[in-house]
Amino acid sequence: MVETTPTLAAATASLPPEEAQFEPRGGPSARTTDRVWDALADVPDPEVPAVSIVELGIVRNVSMTDGRVRIEVTPTYSGCPATEMISTMIRERLAAVGLTDVDLVMTLSPPWTTDWIAPEGKRKLAQFGIAPPHAVVNVAGISRIRKATVPCPRCGSKTTSLLSQFGSTACKAQYRCDDCREPFDYFKPH
Amino acid sequence: MSAKLEYLLRLGDNDVVLAQRLGEWVGHGPVLEEDIALTNVGLDLLGQGRMWLAYAGEVEGKGRTEDDLAFLRDQHAYRNVQLVELPNGDFADTMARQFYFDHVHLLLLHALARSTDGRIAEIAAKAQKEVAYHVERSADWVVRLGDGTEESHTRMQRALDKFWPYTGELFTPDAVDIELAKRGVAPDPSTLREPWLAAIGSVVKEATLAMPDGEWMQGLRRGGGKHGVHTEHLGHLLSEMQFLQRAYPGSSW
Repeated sequence: MVETTPTLAAATASLPPEEAQFEPRGGPSARTTDRVWDALADVPDPEVPAVSIVELGIVRNVSMTDGRVRIEVTPTYSGCPATEMISTMIRERLAAVGLTDVDLVMTLSPPWTTDWIAPEGKRKLAQFGIAPPHAVVNVAGISRIRKATVPCPRCGSKTTSLLSQFGSTACKAQYRCDDCREPFDYFKPH
Repeated sequence: MSAKLEYLLRLGDNDVVLAQRLGEWVGHGPVLEEDIALTNVGLDLLGQGRMWLAYAGEVEGKGRTEDDLAFLRDQHAYRNVQLVELPNGDFADTMARQFYFDHVHLLLLHALARSTDGRIAEIAAKAQKEVAYHVERSADWVVRLGDGTEESHTRMQRALDKFWPYTGELFTPDAVDIELAKRGVAPDPSTLREPWLAAIGSVVKEATLAMPDGEWMQGLRRGGGKHGVHTEHLGHLLSEMQFLQRAYPGSSW
């Protein structure tokens, strides 16, 4: 366990090339599931409204069973207080496009990772003033994150300091830019 | 009570009780960042505790939810180790308690992620990612305070010494542990002790502190927190945590 993981520092040079992975579109129920995906793309994360829940990678699957929509959602963090609100927002959004026979299923496995945040989502995070997460190299051994270079989302400086491993929400750390002196959030690799 | 139910209550109660302790820091942290960090760690633990207790309720099969288990059990029905119920004290005390717990917690979750019980494995796999950050944070603080000023060094050492006698319970197996270890559901806690000592030992050394070496350990002869034998502090903690459900039974948000 707590062996320090120098690989994290090595992984900080660039953002990951991987795209967030979702179930492929297509198949007999494709039209409805496409409508669902399109509708969910409008649902913002309540705590980080710059990104949608689809871009955040927490919608894991959409399928049709006997005329009912089945949506699998996974929490970001175990204690995320937004989980229930997200469920409500999904139901409201789908009701607005005429879909009311909806089953929401919470899944835990595989556990959510920031590697599932879509590239577009990472770009929006940076625009919103939140430094996007680096690729997760070895989740179980994350340690000494402060060795990672986290560029300032405002001025781009690479001279920044960790203030605290936890920020305004559990999923973010607090940094300060040593050049422009602005504090900012960093979405932690998870 | 089945061994698995008993064990799930231990896991859940450790998380819920420590989360409640960390929640007591709200508005009292030494600086805003630390106030937020302490309670974010508490929030992670609360979420994990909820998952363990929800599963415990299902295993029990009497229709009790995680809320029933958290808010309507008396202290002797609680199965957390004594370490997590001890009062916050000063910042060094809170960090020493967290430091000891986080490190064994991560080792335990790594092992539980390979449990033969699929649900346990799933929850542990999720939780260990969160706890990896807890470990990093409490270790950082032990180093910062230990290798800080004379005052912070003295207080950090005193805190490590003070909580040390409560660590024996973390690694002492009982019949429940042994049965679950045989079935591959959970690790024998005694196997976690050596890696735990190695991990915390290197941090303590970096912090220029001395490893406590007292042999007397609390809660071993009469069973300790895992058997519902608690310090005088748990009852007070629960009276605050459970107040609303006790005073207004069944009220909901």
